[in-house]
Amino acid sequence: MDSMTLIAVASIVTSGITTAIGSVGPALGEGRAVATALSSLAQQPDASPTITRTLFVGLAMIESTAIYCFVVSMILIFANPFWNHMLAQMSEK
Amino acid sequence: MHLSPDEVVFWKYGFFKLNATIVYTWALMIPLVVGCRWVTSRLSDQIERSNWQNFLEIIITGIIGQIEEVGLKPARHYLSLLGTLFLFVAVCSLSSIIPGFEPPTGSLSTTTALALTVMVAAPIYGISKQGIGSYLKSYIQPTIIMLPFNIISEVSRTLALAVRLFGNMMSGGMIIGILMTITPFIFPIVMTVLGLLTGMVQAYIFSILAAVYIAAATQSEKSNSENQQKV
Repeated sequence: MDSMTLIAVASIVTSGITTAIGSVGPALGEGRAVATALSSLAQQPDASPTITRTLFVGLAMIESTAIYCFVVSMILIFANPFWNHMLAQMSEK
Repeated sequence: MHLSPDEVVFWKYGFFKLNATIVYTWALMIPLVVGCRWVTSRLSDQIERSNWQNFLEIIITGIIGQIEEVGLKPARHYLSLLGTLFLFVAVCSLSSIIPGFEPPTGSLSTTTALALTVMVAAPIYGISKQGIGSYLKSYIQPTIIMLPFNIISEVSRTLALAVRLFGNMMSGGMIIGILMTITPFIFPIVMTVLGLLTGMVQAYIFSILAAVYIAAATQSEKSNSENQQKV
């Protein structure tokens, strides 16, 4: 395997693993958050505006960790700096 | 397939590049500013009001209510910054339903600029509210050991603010683009609706987080003394 193939394999496998692991954690966290919010909504329907607002803010904060992983994997696939560097070197030859 | 509208270059002259981000930002800014000017140039305080004035008043009243709930008390003082941030991000994500339009917030440059605005605005509001000495003192609360961590958190939350908005807007467009190639008809529409929802939520999150950061900068000393009184 030349270094080009190595970079391609490493990038693709890593981006898949990044998205996989990066979505498991936030999914568990968001599930817990929504479950707790639902039970508190059932107990105190009067406080629903506050609970809903806090829930949305919290969900977005949790979700942003998943988004970071997604951004990293998208960069690895579509805008990989190492791949572009190798391509530039190939075209120079 | 491209990651951000930065890569679409319309016109290039030497160092100066006119990319899609700048063009779409101005294409949004001009109608926003001109439209608001046009509506506010003929405000009335009578019973009969134009629909546009009612529409703007609903938005402004809603934003003021949200700012006050965060704890920034003279909400009008902060309305110009937070309201502008919310309106710009919201209109950006809403206008992504126009075919061929790419939201400028899908570019990391735009979101970094917005986040840097918040990063600069929080100390300015903090200093103007509680004076430079007591603002700088909030960095060494509770002990001086926390100084580097406070500075790191200042930088990292700005980074998080920028990357969160960029990632959400970019992922929306990206998922629709990928689904277009797999299942061309129904699913992209569903994902577009979901993208509009996440866009509005992100606009809300962005302005609320900015408000929370500004509130933390303006009220740290006062809340600390209140806590000490409680103890």
